[in-house]
Parts: sequence; C-alpha cells; structure tokens
Amino acid sequence: MNQGSKQNRIILKKLILVTLLMFGFGYALIPFYKKICDVTGLNKDKIKVSNTQMDPARWVTIEFDANIGAKLPWVFEPQTKSLRIHPGEIKQVMYRVVNLTDRTIVGQAVPSYGPAQAGAYFKKIECFCFSQQTLKPHEERLMPVQFVVQNDLPKDVHTITLSYTFFEQVKAGATK
Amino acid sequence: MEATHAIDHDHGHGHPTGLMRWVTTTNHKDIGTLYLWFSFIMLLTGGTLALLIRAELFQPGMQIMRPEFFNSLTTMHGLIMVFGAIMPAFVGFANWQVPMMIGAPDMAFPRMNNWSFWLLPVAASLLVGSFFVPGGASAGGWTMYAPLFLQGGISNDMTIFAVHILGISSIMGAINIVTTILNLRAPGMTLMKMPLFVWTWLITAYLLIAVMPVLAGAVTMLLTDRHFGTSFFNAAGGGDPVMFQHIFWFFGHPEVYIMILPAFGIISQIIPTFARKPLFGYASMVYATSSIAILSFIVWAHHMFTTGLPTAAQLFFMYATMLIAIPTGVKVFNWIATMWKGSMTFETPMLFAIAFVCLFTIGGFSGLVLAITPVDIQLQDTYYVVAHFHYVLVSGALYSIFAGVYFWLPKWTGNMYDEKLGKLHFWMSTIFFNILFFPMHFLGLAGMPRRIPDYALQFADWNMVATIGAFGFGLSQLILLVVVLKCIKGGVKAEGRAWEGADTLEWTHLPSPAPYHTFETPPTVK
Amino acid sequence: MISKMRSLGLGWGVSLMSMAAWAEESKYNLPTPQSVVASEIFNLHVLIMWVCVAIFVVVFGVMFYSIWKHRKSVGHKAAHFHENTQIEIIWTVIPFAILIAMAIPASKTILNMRDASNPDMTVKVVAYQWKWEYEYPAEGIKFLSNLSTPRDQIEGTAPKGEHYLLEVDNPLVVPVGKKVRLLLTANDVIHAWSVQAFGIKQDAIPGFIKDAWFKADKPGTYRGQCSELCGKDHGFMPIVVEVKTQEDYDKWMAEQKAKSAAVTMDPNKTYSADELKAHGAKVYAANCAACHQADGKGLPPAFPALAGSKIATGDKAAHINIVMNGKPNTAMAAFGKQLNDVDVAAVITYERNSFGNATGDMVQPADIKALRK
Repeated sequence: MNQGSKQNRIILKKLILVTLLMFGFGYALIPFYKKICDVTGLNKDKIKVSNTQMDPARWVTIEFDANIGAKLPWVFEPQTKSLRIHPGEIKQVMYRVVNLTDRTIVGQAVPSYGPAQAGAYFKKIECFCFSQQTLKPHEERLMPVQFVVQNDLPKDVHTITLSYTFFEQVKAGATK
Repeated sequence: MEATHAIDHDHGHGHPTGLMRWVTTTNHKDIGTLYLWFSFIMLLTGGTLALLIRAELFQPGMQIMRPEFFNSLTTMHGLIMVFGAIMPAFVGFANWQVPMMIGAPDMAFPRMNNWSFWLLPVAASLLVGSFFVPGGASAGGWTMYAPLFLQGGISNDMTIFAVHILGISSIMGAINIVTTILNLRAPGMTLMKMPLFVWTWLITAYLLIAVMPVLAGAVTMLLTDRHFGTSFFNAAGGGDPVMFQHIFWFFGHPEVYIMILPAFGIISQIIPTFARKPLFGYASMVYATSSIAILSFIVWAHHMFTTGLPTAAQLFFMYATMLIAIPTGVKVFNWIATMWKGSMTFETPMLFAIAFVCLFTIGGFSGLVLAITPVDIQLQDTYYVVAHFHYVLVSGALYSIFAGVYFWLPKWTGNMYDEKLGKLHFWMSTIFFNILFFPMHFLGLAGMPRRIPDYALQFADWNMVATIGAFGFGLSQLILLVVVLKCIKGGVKAEGRAWEGADTLEWTHLPSPAPYHTFETPPTVK
Repeated sequence: MISKMRSLGLGWGVSLMSMAAWAEESKYNLPTPQSVVASEIFNLHVLIMWVCVAIFVVVFGVMFYSIWKHRKSVGHKAAHFHENTQIEIIWTVIPFAILIAMAIPASKTILNMRDASNPDMTVKVVAYQWKWEYEYPAEGIKFLSNLSTPRDQIEGTAPKGEHYLLEVDNPLVVPVGKKVRLLLTANDVIHAWSVQAFGIKQDAIPGFIKDAWFKADKPGTYRGQCSELCGKDHGFMPIVVEVKTQEDYDKWMAEQKAKSAAVTMDPNKTYSADELKAHGAKVYAANCAACHQADGKGLPPAFPALAGSKIATGDKAAHINIVMNGKPNTAMAAFGKQLNDVDVAAVITYERNSFGNATGDMVQPADIKALRK
C-alpha cells in the first residue's frame, strides 16, 4: 500500500508538471504563431531590401488604404489612392493625419496587406508605423511610407493593397 | 434524495451522516453519484435555457426577450451543457466504474477527488449567478471570441473565473483517473485486457491534462486584456484577434473528443453485452481511439476557415480533418461487426446504443461535409453547424450517458429500472430529437446564421418544427428522472450479473448493489 | 454533367417546391448558385451528400439486417469471432480512397476561390456594430448600409414584409460579370460578410485587412447576413447586393457622384430648430435607435437612456464630445467619423429636445465644423 501511494505521488508530480507546461504552451502559441507568420510571410515588417533591381517589364498596382480603430477621433487618409509601379522600384507616398481633439493623443498604425501573402514581398524602407505617433491637439501631419516590392513577387499577384489601421495607445499616457 | 439507499450499505465506518457525509466523502461511489446528480441538474438548467431560445425562435419577430438576453442564453446554454452537464457526467461514470472495472479499491487520490467535485457547484453558481448581475450574463458565445468578449461587464469576468475553476476541477479529475488506471489495476489486468471504457477514459484524461491548461491560458489572456492593459488579442497593441481563435480551438477541438471518447467507451461495453458476443476488433478500437486523440491536435483551424487563413493552411487542415473519418469509421464498423451474428436483445441501454451508432454517424457525415473547406465556407456559422454538433453531442455524448445510466443502474442501486418507462424515454427522446435537429440541416443550407434571435420569413416553417421538437425532447427527459427515482426506491432485485452477456469485473465479481467498499483485496484476473 | 448533378441536388430534401420559388428563396438547400465559385461549391456539396447517403444506406442496411436476423427472440445463437484482419484492412482502405476522391475537387475549388488577382474593381467593406460601410475607393464614394426593416415589424405590431430582416437602406451595387474584389475590415469586433449565392463568406477583423472576391452571373438582388456573433444586433445587420448591368451600374455611379457633390444640406447654413430636429430624427433612427431605442429609454445598464440623462440635458459640449468621440470600453462609437457636420448637429439637437428632454438649445453644423478644425 505504501509502495503504491509512493508511485501515485510520482505520477501526480509528473502530471502536474505536464499541466503547468501546457499552461505555458498556451502562451507559447503566440510567439510560435508569429514565427509561422514570419516564415510564411504574413504580417511581415521592416525587412532588409535584398534586391533592388527593377523589373521594367512588369507592372503591379499598389492601392493605399487607411482605417481608424474604434473611437480614435483622428482623420487619417492616404494622399495617393493607388500607384502603378515596377517591382524593384523604390517609391514613396504620404498619408495625412489630423488630431480632431483638444488633447494630445498617441497612436500606433498597424499595417495589413491584401492579399496577405503579398506582405512577404512588400518591403517598407521607412514607415510611420515603425514607431508611435504623438499628435498635439488639432495637429495635422503628413507622414511618409517608402517601400519597394520585391522582384520575386509571385507572377499571379497584380494588385497589392497596403492598409493601415491607426489605434489609440491608451497606456502611453493619453488621458481618458 | 438518493442518500437513504446508499447509506444502507455503509456499514457504520463512523462516517458523518446527512449532508456532511456528502460534503466530506472520499468514496469513489459517493463522488460518482454526486457528479451524476450535479450533471443532471445542469442538464435541466442548460435545457431550460435551450427551451427559452427555442421559444423565442418559434416565430419570426422578437416576442419574449431582448436580443442581448438571447445572446446570454446561447452563451450560457453552451457553457453549462459542455462544462456542467456532459463532462461531469462522464467523470461520474469514471468514478463509479473505473475502480470496479479494474479491480481497484478506490481512486488513487480520494481527497483530491472530493475537491474536484466540490469545485463544480462553485463554478456553476458563478455561471448561473451571472444572469443576475447588471448587464446580464456573458453574451459573447461559449467560444468567448475576442474582441467581442473584451466588451461587456462583470459577468464576463465571472465566466472567466468559472472556466478557471472548471479547468482546475477537470485537471484534478483527470490526474486522479490516470493514476488510478496506471497504478491500481488488479494483478493480471494488463493494459490490453482493460475494458474499453477504461481505455477511452485513460486517453480522455491525457487529453484533458494537455488542453485544459491551454484554455486556462486563453481566458487568462482575456482577463489581462480586459483589466491589466495587455494586448494579446487587441490589434491596437500589436495583438491579433484571430490569435484567440487559434488558442481557443487548440483546446476546443480536443475538447470535442474529450466529450465523445468516453461515449465510445460506454457504447463499446453495452453493444457486446446485449449482442452476447465479444467486442469485435478490441485492439483496433484502442488504436482508433488513440489516433483520434492524436489527430485532434492538428485540426483546430477547421473552425476558422472564414478568417482568411493562407491557402496552404486551408488545404492542410481540410486533409487532416478528413482523415479523422477513418478511425471513426473503423469504430462504427467494429460495433456493427460486434452485432453481426450475435444473439441480440433490445433493452433500453441497447436501444440507446444503437441509436447512438446511427445518429452519431449522421453527425459524422455532416462533419465530413463541413471538413470540405469550400462547403464549410458556405455553412460556417449557420444552423448546419448547430445541427452537426448537436447530432454529435446529444445523440452522441448524451445518448451514451443515457445508455450508461440504464446499463449500470442495476449495479448502482441493486434494483432493475422500469423497462417500459425506459423504452418510452428512448422512443420519445429519439423521435423528438430528430424533429428538433434534423430540420436545422435545411435551415443551415438555406443560410440561416446561428446565434440570431430573429430570422427572415423563409426560415419560419422549420424553426417552428424545431421548437416543437425541442419542447418534446425537453419534457421527455423528465421520464428519465422518474425512472431513476423509481429505481432507487425499489423494484425487481438485480442479480450480481444483471445482464446475461456482461463480463467485466463489476458484474462477474460483485453483488448488486455494489457494496460501499469493493475490491479491498484485489481480484485476480486471468 | 453539372446540370445533372444539380438536378440531383434539387431532388435532395423535399422537392415539391416549384423551380421559381426555388430561385427566390431556399428552404432545403443552398440557394441557387449565382457565380462560378458558388456552383462549384454547390456541386461539391451534392457530390459529398450522395456519397454519404450511399455509405449510410450500405452500412446501416447491414446493421438493420443484423438487428432483424440476429436476435435472441428469433433464436439466433451468438457466434464467437472477434477479429478478422483482412476485413479490418479493407474497411480502412476503402474510406481512405473515398476521401481522396473527395479531396481532389475540393482542393481545386479552394485554389479557385482564393485567387483574388486581377480584379475589375475593388470595394472596401468596413463592418461596424451593427451596420456595413461600403467604399468605392476609385470613385471616392462611401456610404453606410443599415437594416431598413421598421421596428414595428420586428416587434410584431405591423405585418412583416417580404424581405423581413433582409433589406437595407443602401445596398452594395456592383456590375454584372465583373470580378469584384472586396477588402474587408472591421471597426470594433469581428463580423463576417456573407452572400451564399456568390459562395463568399469572409470574416472582417479589426486591425486587419482581408480580401475576397466574387463575380455575379446575373443581374438581381442577392441577400446575406452577418455570420459572426458581433453583439446585441448581430441578427439585424443584413447584406444586400444589387447586381446591375454595366450600363445601369454606370448610371447609378454617376448619380452617387452627383449626390455626394451636391451637398443636400449645406454645412455653412444656419438652420432652424425644427429643421434640425426633423433631420436629426432620421439620423437618430438610422444610427442611435438600435441601442438607445426609438423612445430614448435605452436598454440599461449596457445602453443608457437618453431621456432625462445627464449628458443629453446637461452641458452641450459634453454631449457633442461623446457623440463625436464615443466612450471608451463601451459600444458607444465615435460618430464624428461616420456622420457629417449637419448630421451630428441635427442628431444632437434632436436628442436634446425629444423624449421629454427640453433643453431648448440647438447645435449648428458650423459648431461641429469648428470642432473638427
């Protein structure tokens, strides 16, 4: 009996360990999932431009889109709706942003691509989404995005939409 | 209620009596009884919510409630049925049956066993109580998808807390069952000699230990997103709402098998008994159960085909999901081969078991239809999905619970149940079940979304039919209550081996009712 | 072949309905497909359905035969076999082969439906709790699409119309036979844009842009509903797509452009209280009544009453602020983004002078315009 209950305890300890590991695994799924996104090219950002050779024979249409997250009282819009470019060509467009309120607000833009797979080939050299943007009351600002679409973009992609959503960063000190 | 009976067999070991006996008990049979009664009360509670849902959907238009209350009903119906009714019922069976079937005196950790049960009423009160806080109960669906679940009031926090408690209870129960099965088997009871019910529970318990902590992690992230400024699922802070779905369904899909594997086990005990013929393909049953459990970890994203997964992922998850049909098919074929050339009789447990095989297979087929990604995209979040998982969980999991209750009642109470009433319960349930859920396939194909309190006129006919079925099905369950109470009170005395074809230890080595303490000296299994 | 399969599909379920009724609305099966993708899916479903029916009949034919013949009551003695490797291998391999046969056409359809390249036009869809916004970026046209079924039909005080809960004020309009690419996102929680006739269902996820496409075969009106639980009025945000001939579409687009150019209400004008209240009532019904209710009593505590509320009867600036900027951690959206100056001014004036509120003050479009600067 004593022998038995000792063995029981060993199994108990092992299983509790598994439980704790699985709890951690739930959290580990987040970096794991992000890693998968990186490998497959979803939601990719800030990548070194490896090959800037232009492919003059090919045209790709880039559409620019802007969204504002719930309850952020800003105006946010691209100055250019769409561009026809060659892969490998470095281009810059501007986005306009205006704070409509009487308070200073910190915002963070989150990029997203349609089709999502094209994100892997869309390299941003400079972007306002790389850092948080602080706008003083009623401040208006033009912000650049400099990008290049890589030559190895799959042949069946002819249109890429670059979409940003601006969200308020409540943590970063904005008053409620 | 049922206390009087069981106490007769407690040979005065100095246990407390009355309520305190149940609060402090560490006896696996007492705890099994508690689990089963708890589960039945939750079944009626969740069923009442379902009837309110069906009442509102009887006709188009908003008649008896507001949309947000309707959303609370669907959310709580799901949570209560999954975590309150189905899972505890199977744990109840495990408590009663596993020690007796492997020749063990009790569970490995009797005190922990008591704890795992008594956490349940606490969690259930939190869930049911949340109906009465300002803002009403959680209304974001039992899946608790972010960011919808990040909105809403205190009831969402109560739900998160309840899920934590339920998780802890399930994990403790699972640890207890694994340890009991691995360490307390009678001499000669090798793993491959264990009754299939024990096997399926062993695998289920491992699944529970693997995925309940993941759910706990997911709801903890919801909690910190809600109150402590993290942004796991909030795009504003660099999070991703779809991430929640990935984590939730990493738990959620194995969870589906947690609710069905013990059912397979119960059915695999009942069919050979009433066919008077050994189970066909015992080894392949064990392997099929294990492969279903393993596959369940690589199919989760089939719940998310409309979120816009990459094409490669859609293909992978479609193929993996389709593969599950194979071990599931093997099980169905084995059951039918067990019946083939048997000498069958059709007492209530057998009727429920046969209905299980038939109706669960219909649920399996609609599952196969849903596995095909393009078709799933048409049917995702429609009533087709509702029909699918109710065929799997009601005529699957719940029917196996009914079958098991009728099967083992003679062993638990020492009396035979009323066969006439049992058959009435079976036929009423089965007829109304199909009236209730079969039309939902049509509703889903025609495009009625799930979780809506009001619907377009073309859906009116089938909704009315479904509501009629729902009330019939709901009321039929009261027959079960009558049967069980009658059986506890008395009736024809059951023999030790109440069923002619039964051959597991509890039938061959123990009298009916099973004494309070059994197998204190382990039997020898040849 | 395809037409044969489709007729089989129609045979499934109860086929008493006339073909015409079938095209209008579906009660038993997927709606009649109106695009290539939808008909591929339709045929795929019919195929799988019949495979399942065939397997069911064979397998349960065997089971019921056994139940009939191998009963104790007819004196059948039980055999004792309990395994047979050969047959176990057979019934593992055959299902596997059937599955492969199903997976091939399914994979083809997936690759086809995912290919959103080379669209003829793009429409951006933004989901809000609980309405849709359609934007034609190339044309600069943008409008909201709200449920147009009147409250009294929902509450049962008026007879329900033909398209009860499936009708909107401003449908999405697209030309026939053109590949329309949708870019979907959401403002608050996850919603899903779905029209079965086109075989399309795509979640709209806040902070992310997702794309999907469809190409309609025939002009007509096609309907769908939000297909992801999104809160209180999840059941009340339908999708209506009007497919027009290219000519009619061009005409419609020209009208839209003219409409947005000629501002119907001049934001620089000063309006009378009655004018503002009359316009405000319309804006209120479309944007506010879902939560705060037509009578302004709200649904406390989630959706507070406006009748007699501190905000709607107190300081004007606070009232304007909450309408323009919303309230954090509640369903109250920032309407400053959705509504123009006239709408905001009118709806605030309306709220301050209705439901028993009688502040007697008013807000002019110019006030709102000044705030936006």
